[in-house]
Amino acid sequence: MSGTYLGMPPFPAAAREAVRDEVLRGNLRRATHTIRDKRARAVAELADWDRLRAAGKAVKDHTLRHLDHYLLQLEEAVTAAGGTVHWAADADEANRIVTELVRATGEREVVKVKSMATQEIGLNEALEAAGIAAYETDLAELIVQLGHDRPSHILVPAIHRNRAEIRDIFRAEMGDWGRPAPASLGDDPRELAEAARLHLREKFLRAKVAVSGANFMVAETGTMVVLESEGNGRMCLTLPETLISVVGIEKVVPTFRDLEIFLQTLPRSSTAERMNPYTTMWTGVTDGDGPAAFHLVLLDNGRTDTLADETGRQALRCIRCSACLNVCPVYERAGGHAYGSVYPGPIGAILSPQLRGTGSEIDASLPYASTLCGACYEVCPVAIDIPEVLVHLRERVAQGGPVTRDGIRVTLRPADGHTAERAAMRAARLLLDHPGALRAGERLLARARRLAPRRLPGAGRAWTDSRELPTVAAQSFRDWWARERSTPR
Amino acid sequence: MSGKDRILGRIRRALPDGPSPDGPSTEIPRDYLHAHGVRTPAERVDLLAAHLTEYRAVVHRADGEELPALLTRLLAERGARSVLVPPGLPPQWLPAEGPTRVPDRETSTPYELDRVDSVVTGCALAVAETGTIVLDGGPDQGRRRITLIPDHHICVIRVPDQVVDSVPQALPLLDPTRPLTWISGPSATSDIELDRVEGVHGPRRLDVILLAAAPGTQ
Repeated sequence: MSGTYLGMPPFPAAAREAVRDEVLRGNLRRATHTIRDKRARAVAELADWDRLRAAGKAVKDHTLRHLDHYLLQLEEAVTAAGGTVHWAADADEANRIVTELVRATGEREVVKVKSMATQEIGLNEALEAAGIAAYETDLAELIVQLGHDRPSHILVPAIHRNRAEIRDIFRAEMGDWGRPAPASLGDDPRELAEAARLHLREKFLRAKVAVSGANFMVAETGTMVVLESEGNGRMCLTLPETLISVVGIEKVVPTFRDLEIFLQTLPRSSTAERMNPYTTMWTGVTDGDGPAAFHLVLLDNGRTDTLADETGRQALRCIRCSACLNVCPVYERAGGHAYGSVYPGPIGAILSPQLRGTGSEIDASLPYASTLCGACYEVCPVAIDIPEVLVHLRERVAQGGPVTRDGIRVTLRPADGHTAERAAMRAARLLLDHPGALRAGERLLARARRLAPRRLPGAGRAWTDSRELPTVAAQSFRDWWARERSTPR
Repeated sequence: MSGKDRILGRIRRALPDGPSPDGPSTEIPRDYLHAHGVRTPAERVDLLAAHLTEYRAVVHRADGEELPALLTRLLAERGARSVLVPPGLPPQWLPAEGPTRVPDRETSTPYELDRVDSVVTGCALAVAETGTIVLDGGPDQGRRRITLIPDHHICVIRVPDQVVDSVPQALPLLDPTRPLTWISGPSATSDIELDRVEGVHGPRRLDVILLAAAPGTQ
């Protein structure tokens, strides 16, 4: 996964910046609370939610355990329906395939449906380097693209921008990309949406090539499924002559029937609606209706490495609903950019370090971007135990151990910065194994309590930067217990 | 080595214990509900109407005799001068007089479709619990793009026959090899400060007509 934002500081540093931004915190708080409250009501409507959740989990786990089988079945079905399947082991290969496919059409521009997979591989940048303009057509993605910005939320990527900022971006930037915004553009969401409609419509009507992702792919039938709200997805999926879909290999489900689970759980978890306004399903190509050429690019890019980790592989169940972001107390304060990847929030904290490895500082810090409160697990419609994976990855970062990178089993060395922690743990083990030493240490500490510093020196400083040190008790529990027991009542 | 071989090899190495599946999804617990509630046909149609309205579609009821007059009124309200017509739309639905009928043609360019004011279609089925209409490109529905580009879509649902309770009931009735469009309310976005705005790229107005058999017929 090549999606690490260049120069991205590790999570604690980025989060500290974000927490100081009061506008951002206000926007995020309002957004996450609104969506999470609505979601709770939408979910409560279904008496069988827990069973749907268990079934969704089971379908995904089953598919992952037989992933080779279902991918081959999918390839066969898509090919039989007139599509072409390509396999991309990493971001570079995927970008190369898409660039070549666009070049072969002779076109120099493509319209895009919002897709996490193409963001993950940096497709827009790769196309730009090849002289091909890629236009984002989801309203929020358009705001992000025109603002030379990064998405901050899976579902509502421009949630960090308020209406006045959006108006300024539209006024300043739309003209450089196509139809300019009206000079009198105000900041009413209705007006802003209308400006986007007019700006994008000229692109939709002339587009010959579209690039999308997919929410689901059905192995049995070769059917691709895209859920959306605005209609930009339908525009891109039906008007152009060539459609290229870049989809992570974990998005496959075995049967058409399996969609009955996810079409109930995804909209409710994501936008808190009974159903999203538009869902498009297509199987290969249809004569006279929609694109004449369909290419499916199956993307690995770290997914098979994630699959090799028995605890971590459950992250591949994710259906990208973003419910975990909206309930996360850390995301709510730190915002999406602090995570330094296209997948922010709790799911990002377990997915990014697995897809990319924990080699970089930001990825090594992500498993710590959580309070382990468990709210993310509670809301997850496919029951990913995010806290379990976080703890597992923390252990991996701190202790090192066997991991799979690019398909090869390697032994990871403990990350830098955890030397002091490991030394402290070894010291603790020594003390707990030797009660006499522990008792003596406790007494010593109690006597010296007035000398206790407010902040720890050396390696412990970072820990006390954001926490109060606990005060030392006047006597140890052992001493207190011994005295209490010896005093007759 | 090709990308395909590399990916399949990695999957097989990642899953040393993965046995070959005997059949698809054999181990999936499907004890979730087939429908959320038991309804009479009339209640099912009422629920569909309520959910469509909640998502700001405008719901009307008519029988076969009333339909042409209703369509005339709805088209006139929007000032429609032209209306897209799928090849299999029952000819008696639309009034003889009225907006120019534009047939759904494969050769029409998106620009030509963009100049049409309204579109009238039937549907494959509708789902009451979610307020969803499903189009499958059947003769009375036409190509996917004709219900997308015009700003006004009028969809006729034959009730109660075309209405099912739930998503699990809808899927077995659909043919996955046909292009499917599921519509729940008109196009909408909540991307700007979570304010819901109807109609970004798809039709901004969705009229739904619940078409009952005329009294005395059938």
